[in-house]
Amino acid sequence: MSELCVDVRGLTRRFGDFVAVDNVDFEIRAGRIFGFLGPNGAGKSTTIRMLLGIVRPSEGQGRVLGYDILKESAQIRARVGYMAQKFSLYEDLTPSENLDFFAGLSGLEGAAWHKRRDLVVEMVKLGDYLTEMTGSLPGGVRQRLALAVTLLHEPELIFLDEPTGNVDPALRRYFWELIVQLSQAGKTVMVTSHYMDEVERCDKICFIHSGKLIGEGSPRELKSNTIKKELLSLSTSRRAEAMQVLKGIKGVENPFPAGTSIRFLFDGNRTELEELLKRERFSSEELEQARPNLEDVFIYLSKEGVA
Amino acid sequence: MIHRLKALIKKEFVQMRRDRLTLAMMLLLPLVQLALFGFAINTDIKKVPTAVLDRSNSASSRELLQAFTNSDYYRIQHRVGRESEIVELLDRGEVKVGIVIPYDYEEKIISHQPTDVQVIVDATDPTTASSAMANSAGVAGFINGRLSQKGTRQSQLFEPTGAVSVKTRLWYNPDLQTSHYIVPGLIGVILTMTMMMITSMAIVKERETGTLEQLVTTPLRPVELMLGKIVPYIFVGYVQTTVALVVAILVFGVPIRGSLIGLYSVTFLYIVSYLGLGLLVSTIARSQQQAMQMSFFIFLPTILLSGFMFPRAGMPDLVQKISLIIPLTYFLELLRGVVLKGVGLGLLWRWILPLTGLMVGFFALATYRFRKSFE
Repeated sequence: MSELCVDVRGLTRRFGDFVAVDNVDFEIRAGRIFGFLGPNGAGKSTTIRMLLGIVRPSEGQGRVLGYDILKESAQIRARVGYMAQKFSLYEDLTPSENLDFFAGLSGLEGAAWHKRRDLVVEMVKLGDYLTEMTGSLPGGVRQRLALAVTLLHEPELIFLDEPTGNVDPALRRYFWELIVQLSQAGKTVMVTSHYMDEVERCDKICFIHSGKLIGEGSPRELKSNTIKKELLSLSTSRRAEAMQVLKGIKGVENPFPAGTSIRFLFDGNRTELEELLKRERFSSEELEQARPNLEDVFIYLSKEGVA
Repeated sequence: MIHRLKALIKKEFVQMRRDRLTLAMMLLLPLVQLALFGFAINTDIKKVPTAVLDRSNSASSRELLQAFTNSDYYRIQHRVGRESEIVELLDRGEVKVGIVIPYDYEEKIISHQPTDVQVIVDATDPTTASSAMANSAGVAGFINGRLSQKGTRQSQLFEPTGAVSVKTRLWYNPDLQTSHYIVPGLIGVILTMTMMMITSMAIVKERETGTLEQLVTTPLRPVELMLGKIVPYIFVGYVQTTVALVVAILVFGVPIRGSLIGLYSVTFLYIVSYLGLGLLVSTIARSQQQAMQMSFFIFLPTILLSGFMFPRAGMPDLVQKISLIIPLTYFLELLRGVVLKGVGLGLLWRWILPLTGLMVGFFALATYRFRKSFE
């Protein structure tokens, strides 16, 4: 029990006729980085908000840190950190005032708080901005401030909803370093994203699509075990032409250009495929087996339905 | 609980200080409104332009006209030779009152016979008309009194003397100074406006900017958040009340006859009533714009039906009943009771109790709605 930080069963949330989250089960083990992946509107935020008790589930149940999400959200909120997708701090306060305010709400005061604040400020490198007006800070700094507020009461479990949604690549990398750091310090992190490349660092990933979980596992497991068809790559300089040709061949699915090649799924006879390509003056040397990345896995799963 | 409330209140004050425009509004509003309305809303009509046709042109008629002028109500601007000229001046709106004195005015007075002086009043504005009537009766009474002192008992000018005479005595505001009546009420109106507008924004603004999302994931309880929104503005409300009272006393000479402690105590009930109502609006409105519109819809009936503008006694039953759920209705009675009548709170329970009820009701309703939407 203590090993499981989050454990939800059959979690469902409807808004009118729209099913935002549809019968979702998952669990998160303590100390792990859990990636929740899916496109915008897939139900990621709604799921987190149900875990925090901000949104009431239409059906299902769950426990966070051992507390019932339906009845004990106060206990849960006191022990978790939450960084919302939308920036949600006061723009007319300085970072320092924002930190003091949220610390006050969490009951942090006096010398203990000052020590904690110095630590958090150092961690997210906020020192130079403490007395400027939050509303005039660049997006990246604001995002770091939001993370600082999330961490100030030393939560065991941290929910980060699209922390890298609107930040530049350098800051994205920095954020992921921080997430790994937190995990090494024994914290459990649940992070949502729609960038498939950055979640390679997660211990476990769940894919969510239109409210349904469509796959879960470690990045390695997902990449090696999910795709039941062949993933092929055709290197060619005539990409537009190749796309046309591939679309006409039976057994070829989802051809899409990636760099200098075209990747596609194939379910059929490889020799026949090579023959057909040769007729269009594509040589068999140009065709090779590709290693699936998470994006391939997600696209495969979202087409195939629940794995 | 205390440390969370402390953090909230401190935050509200910092934000208040930063928002210069709103701060200026809150502090200058009482001054501007008092100055505007205190001077402008004035139903004590004076120096109404008047035309006179004096056919008698005698010592007696001049004495009569002097009495009209002395009343300070009439200002004789035109002396004309024909009655048609009076009609023309009234038509053109150059004068509001015409006075016609007959040829035989002096003879009648001397021979102790009744005589008629005609006063024509432009009654398109009922307020002017009714006070013109009251004033001319006053002038007549004065002249009759003078004549009877001189021993000319028989003379009757406008009123037949009867066995019963009504004597009106004006209490509390004997000079019928409108400002004494309007200004204390204005304190209530100003408080309504600022208290409700500010708190109706309070929650909805936190929701619009997304900060509410962060707040609800802290250990903060809904009641604490509501208290945190209210306490700073109770303070603001008292600052406004004080500014308004100082202006009322120094500029308008409004006498404060009752106890200030009593006044400040009932003000608390009133401020919190409107803060509660504002919060209620804030839990219903989806955007700051909606909140603004809704508070405006509440504000208008507050002014028009509470008895601030028009006496409630003249309103239909249904409207009078509606006015019973308007906190200003009770606060006006309390304000006028304490300020003008100098009555102690002990005599004002019939206003204090329902106001307390409304305060508790609005606050409870707001808390209920608030919990429902954020738990």
